[in-house]
Amino acid sequence: MAFDYDKYLRPNKLPHIWCPGCGHGIVMKGLIRAIDTCGLKKEDTAIVSGIGCASRLPGYLDFCTLHTAHGRAAAFATGVKMARPEMNVILVGGDGDGTAIGGNHFIHACRRNINMTYIIMNNKIYGMTGGQFSPATPTGDKASTTVYGNPDPAFDIAKLAIGAGATFVARGTAFHANQIDKLIAEAIQHKGFSVVEILDDCPTTYGRRNKFKSVIEMMNHLKETTVPVKAAEKMSPEQLKGKVLTGVLYKEEKPEYTEEYAKVIQRAQAAK
Amino acid sequence: MAKKVAFLQGNEAAAQGALYAGCKFFAGYPITPSTEVAEVMSVELPKIGGKFIQMEDEIGAMAALLGGALTGAKALTSTSGPGLSLKQELIGYGCIAEIPCVIYNVMRGGPSTGMPTGPSQSDIMAAKWGTHGDHPAICLVPASVQEVYEETIRAFNLAEKYRTPVMIMPDEIVAHMRERIVFPEPGEIEVIDRTTPSVPPEQYKPYDTSFGDVPPLAAFGSGYKFHVTGLNKLPDGFPTTKAEYVQAEEERQVRKVEGNAADIMKWEEYLCEDAEIIVVAFGSTSRSARFAVDQARKQGIKAGLFRPITFWPFPEARLLELSKQVKAFISPEMNLGMCAGVIKGCIEGNAPILGIFRVDGEPINPDQIIDKMKEVK
Repeated sequence: MAFDYDKYLRPNKLPHIWCPGCGHGIVMKGLIRAIDTCGLKKEDTAIVSGIGCASRLPGYLDFCTLHTAHGRAAAFATGVKMARPEMNVILVGGDGDGTAIGGNHFIHACRRNINMTYIIMNNKIYGMTGGQFSPATPTGDKASTTVYGNPDPAFDIAKLAIGAGATFVARGTAFHANQIDKLIAEAIQHKGFSVVEILDDCPTTYGRRNKFKSVIEMMNHLKETTVPVKAAEKMSPEQLKGKVLTGVLYKEEKPEYTEEYAKVIQRAQAAK
Repeated sequence: MAKKVAFLQGNEAAAQGALYAGCKFFAGYPITPSTEVAEVMSVELPKIGGKFIQMEDEIGAMAALLGGALTGAKALTSTSGPGLSLKQELIGYGCIAEIPCVIYNVMRGGPSTGMPTGPSQSDIMAAKWGTHGDHPAICLVPASVQEVYEETIRAFNLAEKYRTPVMIMPDEIVAHMRERIVFPEPGEIEVIDRTTPSVPPEQYKPYDTSFGDVPPLAAFGSGYKFHVTGLNKLPDGFPTTKAEYVQAEEERQVRKVEGNAADIMKWEEYLCEDAEIIVVAFGSTSRSARFAVDQARKQGIKAGLFRPITFWPFPEARLLELSKQVKAFISPEMNLGMCAGVIKGCIEGNAPILGIFRVDGEPINPDQIIDKMKEVK
């Protein structure tokens, strides 16, 4: 039987705002399947976002949904999780929202290892504002504010998360649709701060400026430039040149923040 | 039974007042001269099972505050000038999404880093107009340690009752001075909790105005699912750009405060009945003003003190009335005339306003005020 997405959606809020060919809908369906796999109850789950195309996602899902300000999703979500640790908290957003204006909140959520899952849809561009370069836009690429080529180097978002202390970091792509739900489900089930970067496409504001003739070409690019971590183990450095790794990139067990704070409460009450 | 008394600093009293009001969540960032509030809350909240979190920056603290408040917790943050500037972005979010919370802002010298340890009263306009767009503003300006305690409780009550961020803003002198404080008994001061929905979850709309200008607020994690956004929204919480909804929502959000100003406003009049000169002063400046009024009366000058305790909404109508009896108002304030400008907007030109404006980090002393009274013709 086909998977029933409708029971997790707010059907009267559809159609969504995303352009034809955008990968965000693929990620949303993957997230829904992952939530179903994990058996999360809708009223016990908060889905939190910032601002941008990807951040419109929570509005379509029938949960406790919090569409915050630009870049602030991780900080709002931290407040929700601290106050009610029993809630499942999932963050969604884009590369600009999460790693530029929200970069500080992002790295500190990683550092605290607070038990939340952050899905970053990395389409390498600010889509909603019309295609300005983001911290994930590769050097040399064209954007509406880098018509002569982008002089900025790009973040490796997964590496940034690992470096900042996230204890589960995975990367998928909008092309590998069937892998998305598995990565997100594993992230949700991990205790600690988990980051799933999904390499995504923005045909409207990135593709057309960077010589992608079609959405299919963009999807093929995601396919051709990525290699699963397992496969990469058997490949030579020459073969891996220009490739990005996908799959679970990092996993570690470390003390989780709300559990550590529960110990603070115990110590404070013992000392009273 | 004798009441419990203590010798407390203003900032410590704020923390104690918050706990009396039922505060269970604090998110903050260290900043002089308000840090003592965070320090006390970090010690006291875990004792009662509450949560304290020190965030990565002021914006993050405001965000976490709103997130915590949405789960049903009474939530407090403390900051000072530069932190208030950073928090403004999300104070606006709290206003439009209608999330109750309390922002305790100690006024220090500014702009920018200014004088971190010097007193000031220059954040009062930022309290009303600091975040962009039209929005409601409630701001309380206590003048003693006892009043910091009691007004912090009232700040929580107003936040909960009107479902909006409330600012309480002592100047640095009030925040850091130590005074005797008498604690109320539990139950002695009214504590108000937000109205939660009476309808079942499937019928709940977070901005349903059929319940009045202040719709009930459900908590995340309490069985209610709903959407919260910083966009202009429909009664069900989802975004809209439809003109008739946006206009009505914006007006309601301001009206729920301005329309209830009589309930929110609070001021003290001291010897104003026959006063020919009224000093309008708040915070620590009002203490110098009271002393000056007493001294002036001894010298035969008919002086009085008008002391706003709620700064926003401002007691416009009462000042207009008083303007008809006075020869002049005197506005001593630790800024370059912000309060004088507000008074000017109320009194329809009925009386001159003589300002004493200090931004040098020194308090305004009574002699300066008496000297100014003598300039009144």
